[in-house]
Formats: sequence, C-alpha cells, structure tokens
Amino acid sequence: MIELRNISKRFGEVLANDRVSFAVAPGTIHALVGENGAGKSTAMRIAYGFYSADSGDIVVEGQVRRFTSPQDAIALGIGMVHQHFMLVEPMTVAENIVLGTEPGNSLKLDVAGAVSRIRALSDELGLAIDPMARIEDLSVGQQQRVELLKALYRQARILILDEPTAVLSPQAVRDLFGILRRMREQGKTIVIVTHKLSEVLEISDEVTVMRDGKVVGNRPTAETNAAELARLMVGRDVLLRVVKPEGHPEKPVLAIRGLSLGAKNSEKRLDGVSFEVRAGEIVGIAGIEGNGQTELIDALAGLVDSGAVTGVVELEGHDVEGLSARQRRARGIAHVPEDRHRRGLLLDFDLAENSILGADDRPAVATGPWHSWLKRDAIRRRVEKILKAFDVRPPDANLPARSLSGGNQQKLILGRELEESPKLLLVAQPTRGVDIGGIEFIHRRLVEMRDAGCAVLLVSSELEEVTALSDRLLVMRQGRIVGEVDPVRATPEEIGLLMTGGNAAA
Amino acid sequence: MKGLRQLIFPLAAVLAAFVAGSFLVLAVGDSPLATYELLIGSAFTWPDGIGYTLFYATPLIFTGLAVAVAFRCGLLNIGAEGQLYIASFATAWVGITFAGLPAILLVPLCCLAAVLAGGVWGGIPGVLKARFGAHEVITTIMMNFIAIALASYFTQYHYKAPGDAILETVPIGEGARIARLGKFVHGLPERIPLNLSFLLALVTCLLVYLFLWRTRWGYEIRATGASPAAAQYGGIATGRQIVLAMALSGALAGMVGINEVLGYRYRYYDSFSSGYGFTGIAVALLGRNHPVGVILASLLFGALLRGGLFVDIFTEHVSKDLVMVLQGIIILFVAAEAMFAGRFKGPFGRRIKGV
Repeated sequence: MIELRNISKRFGEVLANDRVSFAVAPGTIHALVGENGAGKSTAMRIAYGFYSADSGDIVVEGQVRRFTSPQDAIALGIGMVHQHFMLVEPMTVAENIVLGTEPGNSLKLDVAGAVSRIRALSDELGLAIDPMARIEDLSVGQQQRVELLKALYRQARILILDEPTAVLSPQAVRDLFGILRRMREQGKTIVIVTHKLSEVLEISDEVTVMRDGKVVGNRPTAETNAAELARLMVGRDVLLRVVKPEGHPEKPVLAIRGLSLGAKNSEKRLDGVSFEVRAGEIVGIAGIEGNGQTELIDALAGLVDSGAVTGVVELEGHDVEGLSARQRRARGIAHVPEDRHRRGLLLDFDLAENSILGADDRPAVATGPWHSWLKRDAIRRRVEKILKAFDVRPPDANLPARSLSGGNQQKLILGRELEESPKLLLVAQPTRGVDIGGIEFIHRRLVEMRDAGCAVLLVSSELEEVTALSDRLLVMRQGRIVGEVDPVRATPEEIGLLMTGGNAAA
Repeated sequence: MKGLRQLIFPLAAVLAAFVAGSFLVLAVGDSPLATYELLIGSAFTWPDGIGYTLFYATPLIFTGLAVAVAFRCGLLNIGAEGQLYIASFATAWVGITFAGLPAILLVPLCCLAAVLAGGVWGGIPGVLKARFGAHEVITTIMMNFIAIALASYFTQYHYKAPGDAILETVPIGEGARIARLGKFVHGLPERIPLNLSFLLALVTCLLVYLFLWRTRWGYEIRATGASPAAAQYGGIATGRQIVLAMALSGALAGMVGINEVLGYRYRYYDSFSSGYGFTGIAVALLGRNHPVGVILASLLFGALLRGGLFVDIFTEHVSKDLVMVLQGIIILFVAAEAMFAGRFKGPFGRRIKGV
C-alpha cells in the first residue's frame, strides 16, 4: 500500500533518516516506534510530503511517487493527524473540516451538504461528533476525532497518526483504539507513530522499530514482546518494571486539611481535599486529566492566587498556606511541573542558567548583599554535577534548554529540583514525552528519593506509572479525593471506575 | 565566536539597506558611490566628523540601553522619549534651583535628578502593568504626551529667561556643567559638544551588562521576560521585576538629560530631542538588546545623522531624508532576520522541529 525505500534525510549535521525502508500492508495497523529523535516523525513527514527526502523513494500502491507538498500526498489518499492539532478554535467542526477544500462554487459555500457528509462519516465510525459544535467546546479526545474526520473527508485511505495517545486519558485511548479498529475493518491502512510499547502490542498488526535514524527491526506484532521491542529501541536491555523495595514511611511531612480552591460562587476546582504524605513514601494521585490534579500541585507549590485558597496546608507541622512560591521552596518544597516547556524551563536560556531556576537566591548560587551576585564558578560546578549525575545528554552547559530532547529536559529539571535536598517533592506527569530509557531512569530516581526519606507526591495520568510507583494511591475526580486504593491489589478497572465515577463513558 | 555570529545578521541588514538605498539615490539622479562616500567620509573625519558622530551616538546609547533592558523583561518601552524629556527638565531644574552649589555637589545632584525623574516616569507604567495589567505600550505612549507637554509648560511659564524668543529655560549654574572632551583630547576643539557623558554612556553599558548577566536581579528580569510562567514557578515575583525593569529603563533614558543639559546646552531647550527615544527602539533592535550591540548600533546611527547633514548640502538631489530611509530599511531587514536565519515557520505558525 505504502512503502518507504531507502529514504535518507539530513538536517545540518544530523542524519535524521538513514536509508529507512519499510512497507505497510493494506488494511493493517502498522506501528512505527522509537525513542524521541529516532527519526520516526521525520520519516512520516516525508511520507506526507512535508519534507522531501534527500534520496530514496516513496511507493504508493506500487508506483513511485514524488511529493513536493502535503497536497500531493492528500491527493493520493494519504492523511495525517499531527500530535498538535491544527484546528481553528473559534470555528465549527464542519468549517474546520472543509477548510481548504470548501464545497460549492466560489460564491456560495455548500454548508448543508458538507454537514450531512460529515455527520454520515461520524456515524459510520461511531465518533459522536456534532458538525456544528465549536472546536473550543470540544475535549482533546473529540478534537482528535475531528482531525480524523478531516482526513477521512478528504478521502484518505492511508492515515498517519503522530503520537495520537500522548494527550489522551486512558478511557480516551481505549475509545480511539476502538475507532482505529473499525477503520481497519473498513479497509483503511493506518500508521501509528508512538513510543508506548503497551499500545503497540495492543493495537498494531506489524511493528517497525527505529533507532538513530535507522530501521533496526520489523516484526509481526504477534511474534514479539515488550522486552524485545524495548531492547531494539534503546539498544540495550531495559528494565520495564519499577523495582521498588518495601517503603519505610516515617512522620508526616505534608498534611492537607480541607483544601479548596475557587471563588465563592463559581465551581470549586479543589473541593475539601485532605490527606497526608509521610517522609519515605510516594503518594500517587490518579485521575483523568483536568479533575483538579494540576490545581492541587499548583496550590501546594504556591502558584495560585492565595486569596482563592481555603483550608490548611502544613509542612512538618508549620502552616505554609499564604507563603509565596519562593518561601515554600526555601522551606523544602521542590516541584517537577507538568508543563516543562512553559514552566519547568527557560527554553532559550542555557543549561547553566536553567540549573538555578528556583534557587537563584540561595547562598550556594548567589553572594554579596541580598545575594545579588551570581557565583559563576559555583553555578558551573552545580550544572556539571547535575548533568553528570542525571545523565543529561549532551552534557554541554552552554546549550539552550530548547535543544535537549524531552527526556533529557526532564532529567535536568529533576536534577535541579533534587539539588536542594527537598523534604517534599511534588511531581506531575514526570515521564510525559520521555523516552523509555529516560522513564526507567526517572522512576529509579523517584524511588531513591523516597528511600532517602523524602516525601513524594506524584500526579500522573499514566495509570501504569502511578500504580507502579506509589505506596498509597488516591483517586481524584472533580476536585475531590474520591477514594484510596491499594496500588498493588487494585485492578485498573476498579481504579478507572473511581476515576470516572462509575460512568465509563466520561 | 558566538559574538561574531551574532553580528552577521545585523551587518547583513545594514549592507542590504545600503544596497537598497543606492537604487533610491540612482532614481533621484545622483551617484550612489559618491553619495555614500560623502555620507561615510564626512562622519569619520578628524576631528569634526568623529566628534559629532560620537556626540550624536551618546543619547542613542542611553535610549538604546533603556529599550534593551525593558525588552529583556519582555516589555516594549515606547516611552523613552517622554522619560528623557521629563528627566532633562528635572536635570535643568536642579541645575537652576541649586545653581550656587559647587560642582562637586551640583553635578552628582543633577545626574541623580536625571536618573530619578526618568526612573519614576518609567516606573509608573511598570506599576500600572504589574498591578492592573495595563499594557505598557499604551501607557508609555500616553506618558510621552504628558511629559513633553509638562516640560513645555514649565519652561514657558516658569523658567523661561525674560525676553528670550526661544522656548528654553534660563541657564543652569556654572557648577553644573560637565567638561567637553576637547578639554582632554589633543586636537579635538572644545566647540564640538562631545562631552564626558559619552564616557558615562560606555561605563553604563558595562554596568548594564554586569547587572543583566552577573546579578540575580538581572537573571530574574531576563527570566520574567523569557517566560513569566517559568519565572513564577521558580519563585520570582514577576510583578516586581516588571516595575524594576521599567524604572531602570526610564532611568537609562533619563540619562540623556546629562548629555543634553549638563554637557551640551547648559539649559533645558524645548523640543530638543529629534526622536532619540524612538530611535532607541531601532538601536536596541539592531543591537540585539545587548549593550555591545547597542554601542555599535548607536555609532552607526550617529554616523548616519552626521553624514546626512553633508549629503543634504553637497549632493545635487539627495536630501538628508536618505538617512531616515536607510534607518527604516535597516530596521525592516533586521525585523525580517528570522527569514535570513532560516527559522521558517510551518503552517499555522508552528515551529518545525529539526528531527
């Protein structure tokens, strides 16, 4: 159906694709896996006409094709759903879908015809999308379905999905996979780019593994397993399961009682949250994204307007509510934020300057009156130490943070936050967009911190991650803690039921 | 090495502007080569060309620094013009009111007035932004009108020399004057108004550099400018940084008053600025918001101002407006630098990642 033959592509010094060849059989779901930077997105962008290859051929239905733009690929029935959606938010679903291929003549838009076609497509696959809804009113999962519809509307027979599950809750992932299977039954050919092995094994018929720009393996999914795929991706054996000795929790470090957030009359984003985190334990918070986890972490880190917060937050018995983010950091709260691009890093600053974010007023970093002078040598030593201890690659303190891969950025942040030996570590989505090698490393570090007596509060929408790491697991829904489960014994179904409030469709 | 690479695009922009300008010169019927020879040659003769070029560059260094510091905090200070007017008037006011003081007291006092008045005038939009979210572009523009009108009013009705036909204040005290460089430099006549404030401008550049890149305060200002969300996450009080950056920016713009009042006219002269505050935006842009770049860009613009006078007089058709056109084209090219640098954006303005 579609085949890449000896595709090579160079960006400056980097050979992003090195004689990449693989074929996707018609009517199958083909997974393309690899770590960040392995070249899988590049390969797919070439197949979609976004980049042109330096050498090699793209073969569609037996014929060698040359794409100069995505328009050429679309004309041949290739569609792509990007990781970041390309939708115009204030416009309706129908308007977005017809954008660029408006039906009717140049004077009159045939809206009714488009709407009925879209509705038919949506019903056929059970997407439940209203063509008249506005994009900004849709959930992330629904927006993704609009992207799918957009490709189908343009009569795509080959669909490329770039990291489609990165932004979805576990339920939404299940729904998406159902849709993909129905599309396969209709004879569509699907290529799914991902780095999550469980998804590869669940959904694909065949899998191609890339590493360092090359194809390093190609298997029918039924004949492989997670360990083999991980080894191919990383180039060495990888521990896929978290090894965690029994914890020894001690005295409570963080105590929250009746924490609420939200103005008086509006809906509360946190509603009477109470729990404790003890030294030497990891407390996990499971929940579908957008149910107050972000607000909880922000409230604890001192990043929300304190006027909107009620309730008690105590660190080692001392009230910290009303303290600024800086004061809380000084008392031993560290924070690995959910959004590392917006919050966790100064992307255009170099690694050395990023290594002092949140600590620039500490005696170790600054000296003189009011700690005004930055200690350049000390900062240099500090960042070198973090880069080495946390295996950040490349270990060059002068590079801008933007140039690092997601996993290396996250390791830098974690290293920076642990540098001040925190008493309480707030961690949100620690492995989102992080490659397998990096995930293993970050998980090991979190367990090590626990064993060193740090209290760790972990928020993750990856159910596997949060159950594997947590000593105690709380479930959040609509700003409330709705239950505590034993992370070892509870089944994903039980936890999922708590997350959704018994409503599996939510 | 890194510094050199930073120079390439501004240099290319300047070169491209000169090429584009040569078509203009051709079109009006003069020789581009002769015109540019005149423009550049007259700006670098000794002593007059160089003396005046540096003199014209001095206020631009101050305003360029002012815009650069605000920009590093993510703020566009359009108000350098108003800040330098209010500061110049304040400088003259101190120089007049305390005219009897000895130089050793009066000069620092006048300088302090320039810095404080400019700082307050710049700080107000900072407070409005940090406290109420009022956009600094709007507020600084409005503050420009207020500053210029206020200074005019006080000059006209309270501090004008009786019978003077020109709108200017009475002179400042003798002790407030600062020396012209001709006093120290052999061969440089004292009639050229290049004065000690030029050296002050260079020292200020060094201080601003040290402040921005070697102190915690500079780090926090830059972090706020680079990403307010990341700065807040790091415990930085971004509102305070905004006020600080704007006050500092205003103070730097205000230092134009030292050159203008203490080093040049020895009085406040209404409408003296030929848009130094606005040219400062161009200087900062061309100088990539870096003190060294600001010096280089100021020298270029100073030279253009100086050379423009001669182009005006000695060419057949080209007027000194050519200089304005060149400045404009330079800025256009600098603004289009993203294109030169190959940082093309993908569809819908998303940045395309390398791999």
